Amino acid sequence: MIRKALYALMFCGSALSAQAEEAVAVFGDETARSMLFRSTTDIRVLGPTIEEFVRLNPDVRVIYEQWGSNALFAESKKDCEAGTGADAILSSAVHQLVSLVNTACAAPYRSPLTAALPNDRRWRDELWGITREAAVIIYNTALLPEQDVPHSRFELLDLMRQDNPAYEDRIATYDIEASGLGYLFAFSDSIEASTFGALLEGFSRVDAVATCCSNEIIEGVSSGRYLIAYNVLGSYVSTQYRDNVSVVMPEDYTLFLSRAYMIPRNAGNSGAATRLLDFLLSSQSNALLRDSGLVMRRDPEETFLPESSERVIPINPMLLVALDQHRRKRFIAQWRATFGAPQFLSP
Amino acid sequence: MNEPLTATARQRSLSSRVVIGVLSLLLIGGIIVAIASFAYGRQAARQAYDRLLLGAANDITESITIIGGEPLTDLPVSAFQLLALAPDDRVAYAVRGSRGQLLTGQDHVRLPQSSTTSGPVFYDAPMQDEAARFVTVYRRFAERDFSGTVSVTVGQTLAARNVMALGLTRDALIASLVAGLALMVLATLVIRNAMAPLNKIADELLDRDPYDLTPMDRNVPAEVSVMIDAMNRFMLRLDRQVSSMRHLISDTAHQLRTPVAAIRAQSELIVEATDEDVRNQMVTRLTRRSRSLGELLDQMLSRALVIHRSDSAPPLPVDLRDIALNVVETRDHELLSPETVVELRIGPDEVIVLADEISLVEAAKNMFNNALRHGQSPVVIGVSQHGDTAEIWVEDAGSGPPADILDRIGERFERSAASTGRSAGLGLSIVRSVANAFQGELSMGRGDSGFRVTFTLPARTGGSE
Repeated sequence: MIRKALYALMFCGSALSAQAEEAVAVFGDETARSMLFRSTTDIRVLGPTIEEFVRLNPDVRVIYEQWGSNALFAESKKDCEAGTGADAILSSAVHQLVSLVNTACAAPYRSPLTAALPNDRRWRDELWGITREAAVIIYNTALLPEQDVPHSRFELLDLMRQDNPAYEDRIATYDIEASGLGYLFAFSDSIEASTFGALLEGFSRVDAVATCCSNEIIEGVSSGRYLIAYNVLGSYVSTQYRDNVSVVMPEDYTLFLSRAYMIPRNAGNSGAATRLLDFLLSSQSNALLRDSGLVMRRDPEETFLPESSERVIPINPMLLVALDQHRRKRFIAQWRATFGAPQFLSP
Repeated sequence: MNEPLTATARQRSLSSRVVIGVLSLLLIGGIIVAIASFAYGRQAARQAYDRLLLGAANDITESITIIGGEPLTDLPVSAFQLLALAPDDRVAYAVRGSRGQLLTGQDHVRLPQSSTTSGPVFYDAPMQDEAARFVTVYRRFAERDFSGTVSVTVGQTLAARNVMALGLTRDALIASLVAGLALMVLATLVIRNAMAPLNKIADELLDRDPYDLTPMDRNVPAEVSVMIDAMNRFMLRLDRQVSSMRHLISDTAHQLRTPVAAIRAQSELIVEATDEDVRNQMVTRLTRRSRSLGELLDQMLSRALVIHRSDSAPPLPVDLRDIALNVVETRDHELLSPETVVELRIGPDEVIVLADEISLVEAAKNMFNNALRHGQSPVVIGVSQHGDTAEIWVEDAGSGPPADILDRIGERFERSAASTGRSAGLGLSIVRSVANAFQGELSMGRGDSGFRVTFTLPARTGGSE
């Protein structure tokens, strides 16, 4: 009954993707009124949830565009000034959405479900945190010796300081210039603890690799190209679970990210956008998101993580600091001193 | 009997008036408090959040360092933590170089109009079509590789300020509402308490015997005692009037009984008489009797009039010479005793007293008539003033009544006189009543050329108005 069309326009990892979507999928009946939904989330991951949404709302047709975070940010800024654009945006680069809300590009909405969100997952009734995902360390279970598995940043530091040639060029992390999410994680690390400077120094010591995109990193760990990857979005690992990839939530602290949902001021079909928001916050959707790994269970038995180590990246104007030109310049200069010149063209 | 009661019920009660008064006071006061507290709240909120803004701007300013000849900002998170104290407000900031070029931040943030580059400048400006408050602080650098002023502007929308101002206003209004309600309850209680004596007085009055004109209990609050005093004074006057009325009635009855009985007896005798001479003699006597009865009636009525007026008519300035003139000009003496020589002795200056003219005329007339009736010709009526006493006097050439009569004279009535059918005694009693009413005095004694009756009154001196 529901027709699902997936246009496999995959340009992932390509510099060409900077100004366009990476993939498009259409959910729902052709005759229904369509809404444009832009997200940095993989269509494969969020697809089942959207499918359920159009099943419950047959009068809505969702055009799902998958974007890279920096490209989506640039496009949304342009749209805000031009008065066009998407009906809803869901991005993992929360700081970019905070910046959009801060420049009055968002429309407010309030419902019992949004009001029930905790303060650090909601700002101005214009931005809402939907998911709950951890930034984790992953490693290849076959190649990394059991005693070398880093359970915290300190252990990772110690590992990198051993000058063990086995780890040379075998530790990966996000390229913060190419990935908005990677930048956000690195920035949050730099605010959270003084270990960040030491980590950078460690990365430099083992000649670590900064690269783009969660999939690529996980793929690399699985294939044995990398032994360890730092600050990978745990949700992607659990969905693309591979037998030889294991996840560690750093015990010193683990960052938790909530993908943020925003309804642009210029949304043409904001009614559908608010319905999608309420659906995403509903318990039905929560179960689906949990299956997709987008919502982590708060279960210490399973994650071995004490609650005091959870650091939620709050959705509030403090994230604007991350986007400050000078701050970013300094931060990236520091980063480049470790990883060298960018390997990818940054947007 | 029901009519006045329903009329009272229709009038608004004092309590309801006070409730309406307090309510309107509350309404007006509430409006004033609302306006004042909103103004105050806005100012308080502005000051509070302006400080946060300034703190954030100073934080950012502190973080600027000169690296490679360029001012570089290390935007501190603490600045945004300060701004996040207004959790739902959008923020904007801009760091600009000495030529106003944007170093970091948002380009849409404007600089203040003022040209000063010292001290923080606060100003209002729109932020994406929303009202916002900005502050700009300046920092001067004088380094080897950079010299100039860097401005830091931080702005924030007004949501938190408005919430705070409204909150303060609401609190003030709630407080004044509570105070107002307490005020109203207190006012009602106080009024009820204060009005309790009135109810007591009303009950007391209703319970009273209709002839009971004794003063009421004055053990009441001072405000109510004014009314009680007035009421007591009124009752005193009423009592006096009633008692003089009683006296009048009993006197009249008493005095009329004898002459009327005599007239009846004589008229019966006339009817029975057969001898013409005796009958004529009797008719003459009857005529004299009836005339003297008429005089008696006149005097009794004038006495009633005097008593009534002395209580009710307000004292006015009266010239005693007019009184004397009036008495002589009525020419009663030509009827009473045409053979008596009458003399009027008045001076050129007016002699003013405060009294009631009609009462005085009655008094003087009585004195004069007494002299005509009992004294010897010539009869002199005169007016004179000695310092602050004024007097009107009547003098005849006789030696006056015997001493024992003189003692009793002026009593309300004299049995002996009344029994003769003549009205002696009542006349002087009238004079005495008038004297009492206007602080005067009646004295009798030997004058220059005979028996003199003097009516002394306090003169109104020092003024010809």
